[in-house]
Amino acid sequence: MRELSLHIMDIIENSISAKATLICLEIIEDKNNDILKIIVKDNGCGIDEQDIERVKDPFVTSRKTRKVGLGIPLFEAACLRCEGRLNIKSKKGKGTEIEALMKYSHIDRAPLGRIEDTIVSILLYPQLDIEYRHVVNDKEFIFDSREIKKVIGEDLTLPNILQWIKEYIKEGIEEIGGGVY
Amino acid sequence: MKTIKELEEIRKKTLDVVNQRKDRTTTRIVVGMATCGIAAGARPVLLAIMDEVSKLGLSDVIVAQTGCIGLCRLEPIVEVIKPGEEKVTYIKMTPEKARRIVKEHVVEGKVVDEYVMHVVDGKVLNDYSVQND
Repeated sequence: MRELSLHIMDIIENSISAKATLICLEIIEDKNNDILKIIVKDNGCGIDEQDIERVKDPFVTSRKTRKVGLGIPLFEAACLRCEGRLNIKSKKGKGTEIEALMKYSHIDRAPLGRIEDTIVSILLYPQLDIEYRHVVNDKEFIFDSREIKKVIGEDLTLPNILQWIKEYIKEGIEEIGGGVY
Repeated sequence: MKTIKELEEIRKKTLDVVNQRKDRTTTRIVVGMATCGIAAGARPVLLAIMDEVSKLGLSDVIVAQTGCIGLCRLEPIVEVIKPGEEKVTYIKMTPEKARRIVKEHVVEGKVVDEYVMHVVDGKVLNDYSVQND
């Protein structure tokens, strides 16, 4: 995948399949220590203990259409490529946390890309809430779809509302000097 | 800078739309969003559809996502489901093609034949034009 935001989207699709209702996405650009950290946490059904290491194997998947699942293996490959790693923590019935670590300045690190597009695509699922925190060194931007729902009610899936959210997030990320690369 | 106040304005304007959407029979546009779809470029397609729907002011359309349909080589895939009509599956989508589908199929009711997935003798064809020649 060309952008890390697409990997994030793919991982969140897993959370949706796991019947999550809340996604916590954290992106930490720690330029001083040259680390990029991405954390996706959900409150879905979780992964069985004996399966946690196995999900990194492309030939392990819960889907029925075929026997290959590439979401997590691809994301892990993207981390390993730039001196990083992918950690998976999960509790059955509680949820799953995926932590991706990368060397920020590594030549092979894919750009973050359009995070706002990923979030807006996910908000098309009406049952889902997302808490998004983006940190660049000591600056921080936070977006919480539950706050928006307090203002405008439960339905965020209208195109012009999503358009607004997209612009809002884009501006927020720009303000803290994050994203894109 | 965007403010929450702006959002309240939008909400007031769209409140009627929400109500309309609930009573009417709606068209569904579904985009495949599994690893295969995302890698093939489904996200820009999805956003182009959303943008076109909002530009044309369509209130009786729902844009949704689904997982892998099992035809990864034909991704990005878009399905248009109009009430009372058979589902139409479009393959190898791009943002431009998707916009055309919203305009011609969803609004005007004309299926865009050249992008439709064709099944002949139980086989899914990648390329419609080959079959036509």
